[in-house]
Amino acid sequence: MTDLTKLTAAGTAAAIASGEASAVEVTQAHLDRIGAVDEKVHAFLHVDTEGALAAAKTVDAKRAAGEKLGPLAGVPLALKDIFTTKGIPTTVGSKILEGWIPPYDATVTTRLKEAGVVILGKTNMDEFAMGSSTENSAYGPTGNPWDLTRIPGGSGGGSAAALAAFQAPLAIGTDTGGSIRQPAAVTGTVGVKPTYGGVSRYGMVAFSSSLDQGGPCARTVLDAALLHQTIAGYDPLDSTSINAPVPPVVEAARNGNVKGLRVGVVKEFGGEGYQAGVVQRFNEAVELLRELGAEIVELSCPSFDLALAAYYLIAPSECSSNLARFDGLRYGLRVGDNGTRSAEEVTALTREAGFGPEVKRRIMLGTYALSSGYYDAYYGSAQKVRTLITRDFERSFGQVDVIISPTTPTTAFPIGERADDPMAMYLADLCTIPANLAGNSAMSVPCGLAPEDGLPVGLQIIAPAMADDRLYRVGAAVEAGFIARWGHPLLEEVPTL
Amino acid sequence: MPGITREEVAHLGRLSRLELKDEELDHFAEQLDAIIGAVARVSEVAGEDVPPTSHPLPLTNVMRPDQVRPSLTPEQALSSAPAQEQQRFKVPQILGED
Amino acid sequence: MTVTDLLSYEDALEAFDPVMGLEVHVELGTRTKMFCGCSTTLGAEPNSQTCPTCLGLPGSLPVVNEIGVESAIKIGLALNCEIAEWCRFARKNYFYPDMPKNFQTSQYDEPIAFNGYLDVQLEGGEVFRVEIERAHMEEDTGKSTHVGGATGRIHGASHSLLDYNRAGIPLIEIVTKPIVGAGARAPEVAKAYVAELRELIKALGVSEARMEMGQMRCDVNLSLRPHGREKFGTRSETKNVNSLRSVERAARYEIQRHAAVLTSGGTIVQETRHFHEEDGSTAAGRIKEEAEDYRYFPEPDLVPVAPSREWVEELRAGLPELPSVQRKRIQADWGLSDHEMQSVLNAGAIELILATIAAGADAASARKWWMGELARRSNEDGIELAALPITPAQVARVAALVAEGSLNDKLARQVIEGVLDGDGDPDTVVEKRGLKVVSDEGALGSAVDEAIAANAAIADKVRGGNLAAAGALIGAVMKTTRGQADAKRVRELILERLAAQG
Repeated sequence: MTDLTKLTAAGTAAAIASGEASAVEVTQAHLDRIGAVDEKVHAFLHVDTEGALAAAKTVDAKRAAGEKLGPLAGVPLALKDIFTTKGIPTTVGSKILEGWIPPYDATVTTRLKEAGVVILGKTNMDEFAMGSSTENSAYGPTGNPWDLTRIPGGSGGGSAAALAAFQAPLAIGTDTGGSIRQPAAVTGTVGVKPTYGGVSRYGMVAFSSSLDQGGPCARTVLDAALLHQTIAGYDPLDSTSINAPVPPVVEAARNGNVKGLRVGVVKEFGGEGYQAGVVQRFNEAVELLRELGAEIVELSCPSFDLALAAYYLIAPSECSSNLARFDGLRYGLRVGDNGTRSAEEVTALTREAGFGPEVKRRIMLGTYALSSGYYDAYYGSAQKVRTLITRDFERSFGQVDVIISPTTPTTAFPIGERADDPMAMYLADLCTIPANLAGNSAMSVPCGLAPEDGLPVGLQIIAPAMADDRLYRVGAAVEAGFIARWGHPLLEEVPTL
Repeated sequence: MPGITREEVAHLGRLSRLELKDEELDHFAEQLDAIIGAVARVSEVAGEDVPPTSHPLPLTNVMRPDQVRPSLTPEQALSSAPAQEQQRFKVPQILGED
Repeated sequence: MTVTDLLSYEDALEAFDPVMGLEVHVELGTRTKMFCGCSTTLGAEPNSQTCPTCLGLPGSLPVVNEIGVESAIKIGLALNCEIAEWCRFARKNYFYPDMPKNFQTSQYDEPIAFNGYLDVQLEGGEVFRVEIERAHMEEDTGKSTHVGGATGRIHGASHSLLDYNRAGIPLIEIVTKPIVGAGARAPEVAKAYVAELRELIKALGVSEARMEMGQMRCDVNLSLRPHGREKFGTRSETKNVNSLRSVERAARYEIQRHAAVLTSGGTIVQETRHFHEEDGSTAAGRIKEEAEDYRYFPEPDLVPVAPSREWVEELRAGLPELPSVQRKRIQADWGLSDHEMQSVLNAGAIELILATIAAGADAASARKWWMGELARRSNEDGIELAALPITPAQVARVAALVAEGSLNDKLARQVIEGVLDGDGDPDTVVEKRGLKVVSDEGALGSAVDEAIAANAAIADKVRGGNLAAAGALIGAVMKTTRGQADAKRVRELILERLAAQG
């Protein structure tokens, strides 16, 4: 029998639907794989063996009863530990929520369950999704399956690593400044940040509300599309959810074709700080697209140079408010309640003990940016930058159908290298942030290994809001083009763990 | 732009309810100063006549009908409470009314 | 409690001119909370009306209650405000255990309604215009119970217990512009304003506005300035004043306290103060080490509210008759003097009388019963008129029985008493107590004949033209019929039989 963990999600679903494999077998194979390698990778914070097998049994029973199964029924998935799961711990990678068992499911969780997707467990992440390396997890770092001494990206490093280590064929991430795309890039997987408002945020623990967006992670573009289709769509519980049909992403992923498509290359996504091998692979991707019939257009988006700065004011500002609720009074950690201290003191002690340094840094940064006297100069100006970036995108999308860039300036860096240098760490999101600020959709697909270190490089594709299908059309074309060139998918080169 | 002092960090800690340790005050002062120094570039556009964007969505008037939805049970609501008494969340003494 | 020096009210006003600002919070009577679908029913078990959103659980999100917005617009329109074409919610960030998210979802520089006024009538008929700065939407906090202290007070408590059923109930905060020029009548203006606002809110049907239930609360900002000075003095803010009388007392107390401090060379500290019902005093809250910095910013979990002009006009057209207009109309309709109108208002009888009229009574008898027998009873029992155990429909029924001649006034009073005593509705009381007017002409006729026969001398006087003497005969008939005869009809029968012409 084939190794069930090596199948794509589409392939797995087909095998289950045809009776070639049962959902329980598939699930058990992945649980076994997790048992075998997760000690090294540390992609998971919590594995729900019982729940996963029970969900798989339900799918098998439905199949036996002749019920029609959804396109991902029985397929295992790794859920980022930022989505609430009723009865299953949800920590957001933080000590402050250690042991918290939510009394409700996130909308994404509900939709996965309804689709018969088997949730294997919750994946590691930078605390409160703040970071680009998963080193900020309160529960220890995750290793990159390509080189366990290197970071798997962040904040969704656990989800990306689980895919690259064949612990799950599907995963869910969240992307506030690149937390789906950057991990996808450095692990050789596919990650999509849908249009802001495309996937419900209800039950997704907020970091920066106006930027956060949940999305699919997978090993192939089609798998990502199938997952996208499953979790996306209007949710009346999220006021910022778009009440419109989901763009035809699955159809687009099945029809990778860029003939006649106008593809923009933005001048500002390049230059100093970009690793030579990354630039080389990116240029090859541009050439590939040209060969496939796309028209390449050079663009300039001058305000993108201010994106990182604006992001590091807006995201911390919103987070300083979103994270105020963690006060040790209603749920989660409580520290220092000795019967004589006040609620105020206990809250301050709890937050001091419960939050890691990056979270504290951002809370204070945001508190500063919003405080009276500084608001206009910082938060206010950052909002103006946001307008300028949106205008740059609008102008660009008047000329091109999609924009492409390297997903990250460098390949995966060694664990510890940038751990106490926030500014260096923040550079990892240089290319991914503009799409969050404007609310566009964006994807990262593998485009090869950097010659100098043999590590994956990601190609970022950005499309306008609610044109997510374009990402899949281009992504599928690039994927097919590279597989034809390499003779196999990139992940076949990942070292055996 | 002014540098961030240790005192300012202490003030930010109080505003954001973080009982910062002494060594953190120095460390964060240095780091926040560096970050603020770098992101202060956004004020280059401060004078420009550009409207602010607080949100990427162009939506307005998203409302729900005034219809009751089921609540959690009190047991569920209190299920994660660090302490409870009389079906209420038990918290340390509160200083002063706001 | 520390004793504070007060200056006499007269001396205070002699030296200073009071400036007030009133902030009134109204809890809306929506079925669900402002940002989630939890019920707002009062008196539920603790924490039984909560959900992830109003508990501020991680991951939860708010969705705006349409009726909350509609109510805010109605209030704005009734207060002669402009209604924003586009406005947002904002987060007001501060830590407090009764606020689950540690920020309040409110509105900051973009209130839904702004720039209005409310005319209030003072005793004696003078009208004072209170300018409205803004009315904005926000949410209520949870309720804390302090345990272990001497009197359930926060001070000295060992711990507190929190119930979040109230957290997230929609509030409209209505803020006046500085109220200047009221002089010695400032406390009266404050009370009259809150009273008028309460009537207006009730008339709009957006809240029951019961102050004793905390559905309407007032913060009184007050400062003094020497006569002739333009600049306002430093203000104090007395929080959560919970009755009309207390609003007046709090303003009065603060005028006297400020004046005492200022005349003795002291300075007023800008602070929040708490009102004490027992003696009408105020006391300082906790002194905060640092100034408040709420770090307001636009609420990113909600999209802007942009009420269409069509909607606003539709709501304007649907506004009910407002209390001040209604009062003028009623006074004219009922032909009341200012003084009579004032007593109706003071008794809180308007709505009851209107409801009684709506139930079929004529205006005069509706007013007569409520302002007479029932007002007396409410005074005796020391309860509000509206709290008496009799409904306007029952009063209307009594009036109808009188009008058709089945009851006379005396019997009607007994029927009302019976209803108040819990004997059932008027018809039941009539039945049970046998209170029907004797209208059987035969029975009445023989009673009259008996009375004439038994009082021949008096009957002669009547025959002789002394009509006043008929009273004694009527009294005799009433006695034999145990008061259940229609006195008017008895008089007619007597005069008929004695052929005297009146």
